[in-house]
Amino acid sequence: MRASDWDVVVIDETEEALGRLGENWPGEFQVGHGMDTEVLERAGIDGADAVIVATSGDNTNIVIAQVAKLRYEVPSVAVRILDPARAEFYAGRGFAIVSPTRTAIDELTSAVLHDQPRA
Amino acid sequence: MFVLVVGGGKVGTNVTRTLRGLNHEIVLIEQDERRFESLEDEFQDEALYGDGTELHVLEQAGIKRPPDIVVAVTGDDEDNMVICQLAKERYGVPKVVARVNDPRNHELFDLLSISPTVSATSMVMALIEHEVPEHELVHLLELRKENLEIVEVEVVRGSKADGKLIEELSLPEETRLISVMRDGQAEIAVGATELRAGDQVLAVLKPGREDELRQVLLKPS
Repeated sequence: MRASDWDVVVIDETEEALGRLGENWPGEFQVGHGMDTEVLERAGIDGADAVIVATSGDNTNIVIAQVAKLRYEVPSVAVRILDPARAEFYAGRGFAIVSPTRTAIDELTSAVLHDQPRA
Repeated sequence: MFVLVVGGGKVGTNVTRTLRGLNHEIVLIEQDERRFESLEDEFQDEALYGDGTELHVLEQAGIKRPPDIVVAVTGDDEDNMVICQLAKERYGVPKVVARVNDPRNHELFDLLSISPTVSATSMVMALIEHEVPEHELVHLLELRKENLEIVEVEVVRGSKADGKLIEELSLPEETRLISVMRDGQAEIAVGATELRAGDQVLAVLKPGREDELRQVLLKPS
């Protein structure tokens, strides 16, 4: 996003996560929990054009995505949900869902199917 | 009644124990293996091992029947929220009860229309307010759905209300006095009720009107 010239604010619970962004991260960084509305507001969620929710917890992501959409009315929200069943249940609520597990299943299945000798 | 409890910590275990004692049908889901083993010793088939935010675990527990009530009392608020949303919206469970671990998350449960909620911290705070006289205005009951609250106030000597009829007072908007208790006798508050210092007054009001009410009943003029 940063490379596409967006202004980006990253939120993570630990300061160490900043290291993963590389030495000269030009964007903002906030330490805190993404379910904490004070942290979200400090990061500027009120005027945000988009929110990407990708913590390691499905349920945390599900809650934050709904908070971004329902409370802050962020126009574009994308969320990572590993569990395909929960990903399906939360579809159609105004935010985009990416399920890496679903994607992997589909890709792997299709790779194997395409590898079969044709009858 | 068929009750599904998710979360086998102190709260979940004791709720399960109590409901079992009352002969209700119950399933308790716990995702920590060690904790589950001791729960299985006590509850046998009624304890189920798994993550209660996973659909197949909930289905194994019988959520499709559905239960009369789902009790979400894990130590993670986000899990409790997801459990309640799944129960109500996907499986048509008529009633859910959720535990709020961090009181700051209360507004998120409200945002997602999950109620009723139970928060140990909030309950302890309400008790402290009731016991400690410095908090002159005591929150007795919060009607979250109605967005109203019931408070108790003791009329202070020399305040605007002292010696006045209720109809003469300029009470804040969205506020009504319910009853007045004096010398152990309670009466319904009407316009002609006279207030005196020391009266215990119950009022119903919209949250946020407390300070204006304090000005009338508590602040010596």
